[in-house]
Amino acid sequence: MNIHEYQGKEILRSYGVSVPDGKVAFTVDEAVEAAKELATEVTVVKAQIHAGGRGKAGGVKIAKNLDEVRQYAEEILGKVLVTHQTGPEGKEVKRLLIEEGSKIKKEYYIGLVVDRATDRVVMMASEEGGTEIEEVAAKTPEKIFKEFIDPAVGLMPFQARKLAFAINIPSKLVNQAVKFMLGLYQVFVDKDCSVAEINPLVVTEDDKVIALDAKLNFDSNALFRHPEVQALRDLDEEDPKEVEASKYDLSYIALDGNIGCMVNGAGLAMATMDIIKYYGGEPANFLDVGGGATTEKVTEAFKIILSDPKVKGIFVNIFGGIMKCDIIANGIVTAAKEVKLDRPLVVRLEGTNVDLGKQILSESGLDIVAADSMADGAQKIVELVK
Amino acid sequence: MSILINKDTKVITQGITGSTGMFHTEQALKYGTNMVGGVTPGKGGTEVLGLPVFNTVKEAKEKTGATASVIYVPPAFAADAIMEAVDAELDLVVCITEGIPVMDMIKVKRYMEGKKTRLVGPNCPGVITPGECKIGIMPGYIHLPGHVGIVSRSGTLTYEAVHQLTTRGIGQSTAVGIGGDPVNGTNFIDVLKMFNEDPDTYAVIMIGEIGGTAEEEAAEWIKANMTKPVVGFIGGQTAPPGKRMGHAGAIISGGKGTAKEKVAKLEEAGVRVAPTPAEIGSTLVNLLEEKGLLEKCITKND
Repeated sequence: MNIHEYQGKEILRSYGVSVPDGKVAFTVDEAVEAAKELATEVTVVKAQIHAGGRGKAGGVKIAKNLDEVRQYAEEILGKVLVTHQTGPEGKEVKRLLIEEGSKIKKEYYIGLVVDRATDRVVMMASEEGGTEIEEVAAKTPEKIFKEFIDPAVGLMPFQARKLAFAINIPSKLVNQAVKFMLGLYQVFVDKDCSVAEINPLVVTEDDKVIALDAKLNFDSNALFRHPEVQALRDLDEEDPKEVEASKYDLSYIALDGNIGCMVNGAGLAMATMDIIKYYGGEPANFLDVGGGATTEKVTEAFKIILSDPKVKGIFVNIFGGIMKCDIIANGIVTAAKEVKLDRPLVVRLEGTNVDLGKQILSESGLDIVAADSMADGAQKIVELVK
Repeated sequence: MSILINKDTKVITQGITGSTGMFHTEQALKYGTNMVGGVTPGKGGTEVLGLPVFNTVKEAKEKTGATASVIYVPPAFAADAIMEAVDAELDLVVCITEGIPVMDMIKVKRYMEGKKTRLVGPNCPGVITPGECKIGIMPGYIHLPGHVGIVSRSGTLTYEAVHQLTTRGIGQSTAVGIGGDPVNGTNFIDVLKMFNEDPDTYAVIMIGEIGGTAEEEAAEWIKANMTKPVVGFIGGQTAPPGKRMGHAGAIISGGKGTAKEKVAKLEEAGVRVAPTPAEIGSTLVNLLEEKGLLEKCITKND
């Protein structure tokens, strides 16, 4: 799960990790009010969307007085920002972060992720702040330093010092940087983050080490023990179909194609998208109905798929294991009748009670195209949506 | 022969009194798995499905001689259940539970260092040696005893592959689901090593997916060590970057973990990669034919 920059900074502040003073604003008046309260020489007006690249897209402005704050707030609020992370349709800005300006001496990078090769949390640091870390990794990998953290003892000060010295934090500020890193690690562990990225971390003219930006992502498997993090979820930032799917415990991801897919199991669901593409079609979504697909779940899945006007046909690919094919078939028939299916439907069933399942489908009176195999089904649906 | 489990493996279920645990324990008993008991704290002394229930794994092991356990405990308590089984020094722990926080699994992995127990999973279908022992949630009847080893990050996609083999009369030595989580107990290389050393496994199918670099590392290992033919498949060629495709571990992040890269690395290592999931079986048949192994791998003719 993602949160906004201002929310991330509030969490960091509560752990003593230094961030600039700032406040969130939902309206132009709130923005001006926040700037008044800050009463700083320069004020930064920052668009709050769940995507990077805001600066380049015109979503970050430096205001020298309150009139400029008003002007920029008017300009950015409601604007659709298109960055390399939003896709061509962009994201509408509905929140602003009004923040004190910082006089930057130098920019750095600090990030925490889970390293899957070592099964440890790794802290990465680089002197190349402000650029995307993937870019640094590709061009100058020697400029990224890593410390792998033993979960039994946590990040040790010596590790943080090693990193601080390696990226040339000025000696007199190393202790500040170490405190920053230890705090950031504590946030990562306490809140079950999956990513914590400070890019840039800056050293200011007045010798402060602070997070100019903050990106925190959270492990969705751990949200059950963090109601305070769940409360930060912003549904405006998510695809409405994905939000709807999550209510029914369906794993759904919207894609750009026109063939809706309904599959049981994540691996098979991915492979089904692949085989549609292989035969010249474009999948409209990833959808895993899970092992215990009930009629209710199948019905909801159909509704979500059909709510996408781009969808011209649906391919249901089920390998019934523990879940029997006749139960799935009944679910499909009930659901198709309820949602008044108006687009071609190809169903491939395999596994337990497959013959009974096929019989239920063929006797349903619905216009369902039966497929003998995954490849057959993919070819049929691709042909039908042409 | 087989790997990890066989007809003599004595198995207990952790979470046996829960609905999932009970259902799959019953399925395992029907399949012929040597189930010897279960654990649910507080329900010790009772009986479920004719099996004794214990309060702790240690007690269950002492009383039944179990060497393996399967875990159907909810995600919030699963890490603790794994560590309890490790502490009891079982040989094998198979964790089916999906949705365990990554931070919990990092602690589990640290706790397991230097311990004898092997963990398979979490978030996996389990392990099956057809005709002998089924530990997990896979449908038993689709399998056929034989000589092809299967290792996979996915559940239903494994069933798909198994089905394609069985309908061709090609049996399986052991099928291992290593699970779809980013931090797990057993990786591809661990299983490939075992298959390579198992005299009864003649060929291997390896099913990977986007996210992480486990397939790339496996490719390196195969190139240097594997003496048996390997067929591969990688799911998620059409997956967009930055999105978790159902499995917690199936995510392309920072341009890493793409299907394209994995396929290239596997092919470079001599693995025959199936172009679509529907062709895993036929790709294996072609490869076995080339190697003169097809007849030896057909274990059932109808």
